[in-house]
Amino acid sequence: MKCQQCDKQAVFHITELETGEVRELHLCEDHARTYLNQSEAAEGDDEDKPSAGGLTGPLTVGQTADELALLDKKACPMCGITFFEFRNQGRLGCPHDYVHFEKELEPLIANIHGATQHTGRKPERAAAEAATLPEGTEELTGVIGLRRSMQEAITCEDYEKARESRDAIRRIEDRWLGGTGRDAATPKADTPTNET
Amino acid sequence: MKLDSLTDAVGEWLRGTGPESDIVMSSRVRLARNVAQHPFVSRMSEQDRAEAERFLRERIAAAPVGSQLEYIDVGRLEEIDRQLLVERQLISREHADAQGARGVAIDGLEQVSLMINEEDHLRIQCMHSGLDLRGAWEQIKVVDDQIGRVVPYAFHPRWGYLTACPTNVGTGIRVSVMLHLPALVITRQIDKVFRSLHKISLAVRGLYGEGSQAMGDFYQISNQTTLGKTEEELVEQVGDVVPVLIDYERRAREFLVRETQQNVHDQVSRAYGILRTAQTITAEETMQLLSRVRMGVLLGLIGDVKIADINSLLIRTQPAHLQKLRGVELDTKDRNIERARYLRRHFEGGTSPASPN
Ligand SMILES: [Zn+2]
Ligand SMILES: [Zn+2]
Repeated sequence: MKCQQCDKQAVFHITELETGEVRELHLCEDHARTYLNQSEAAEGDDEDKPSAGGLTGPLTVGQTADELALLDKKACPMCGITFFEFRNQGRLGCPHDYVHFEKELEPLIANIHGATQHTGRKPERAAAEAATLPEGTEELTGVIGLRRSMQEAITCEDYEKARESRDAIRRIEDRWLGGTGRDAATPKADTPTNET
Repeated sequence: MKLDSLTDAVGEWLRGTGPESDIVMSSRVRLARNVAQHPFVSRMSEQDRAEAERFLRERIAAAPVGSQLEYIDVGRLEEIDRQLLVERQLISREHADAQGARGVAIDGLEQVSLMINEEDHLRIQCMHSGLDLRGAWEQIKVVDDQIGRVVPYAFHPRWGYLTACPTNVGTGIRVSVMLHLPALVITRQIDKVFRSLHKISLAVRGLYGEGSQAMGDFYQISNQTTLGKTEEELVEQVGDVVPVLIDYERRAREFLVRETQQNVHDQVSRAYGILRTAQTITAEETMQLLSRVRMGVLLGLIGDVKIADINSLLIRTQPAHLQKLRGVELDTKDRNIERARYLRRHFEGGTSPASPN
């Protein structure tokens, strides 16, 4: 890939994230340095010291081409999104991405919010169990991946595997979504209870 | 819900009541939520979209709040009806323009709206007239709790509520107030105010019309960050700055009256004159002039117009409302003529606007 400002090889790939807009920059080493100096200078001029939120200045994540190529191939096993696609669209593919790309997202989120730990409310009912599970609602999000493998198995006419996936989806959905009304969002215990 | 009946009321954001409603048009809180068992909206297949829409629609209907809500299938609406909902701030422009299964549930007072399949699976919004962030927050909390009991929101102990865009992750909350700041605009202090707001991590947006040009002197102030602070802290962060802005605007209005009495009187009178006599007028110009007349009324420079009437005109002269009231679809040129006619009829003889029918 060529630098966007000259014919040299682009070695810096910069993602700017400003209030939800994502902008991609591919620059050679010289232009990247100029660019980064400029944005720093701009922040200085504005007498706007980056606030605790860090949003007054653009967020910059620079990586070398090799690192990036590797990272871009890393796809979420649930929804299949690659980090490259996320960087282009600015939108994640599924809840599991926060776990799968946690290392990559952490500096981004720290820059946007100036924090990396939620301190607010928890889901009212699901909170009782799910919010205290270290992995949150990850188990339920697992059905996104299971649906994919079921489809793939059907395509390959591996009906045994398709049935296994289907049963696994049903078990999880029963636990999390089963029934209606007040308890519907609470994962039920595997062991039988008095509730019907 | 009969969409046509919406045009009879002004909607919550222009009701013109509530504390400080001479400057604060409305207070709004919105929460971004996603269900754990589906990909985020931008990565959904058509089938995922339809399933998530049905799941949320049914579970919301089963929640206690469901009985007070009317569900509108936005995907099946005509463009003009989608536009009508945008003008009333019940759905976002993005939601109106999107494709596929999506909808909105709205309460009769137009205070609560729940958008399904916007950028996130669920966007809950609560809007109150005037300055009432606390009231909007208390109301939305109840709705969120009720739905959270029957819908498994995607949640992670570290990252909080998981959202399609990392800019909303954590609380998923956006707290905002819509302010009318004409005197700060006239006295050219508005940019300075905005710069100081950016420094404390607050965002400022103009109110946009058909084009991308900011209309009137209406500005929305909201929080930028959503993670690391509690919802209450974020409500306070926005709430704390509002009295300061109200004070600036009041002082700027006093300054205008004291120092430039004739100029400001001339400006609002001219604005009023154009609104009463124009033969063709755009939505943007109408908004701009109504904004100035609104200030004139509040400063006692125009005696025979009520604030409620100005607020009503602000919404009824917008494109979809205008066409709904006229009962026919009109192109831009005809809309401008119809808008001018509508305004003239309302200001006729200097009396307050009569009912459109
Ligand atoms: Zn270069
Ligand atoms: Zn994913």
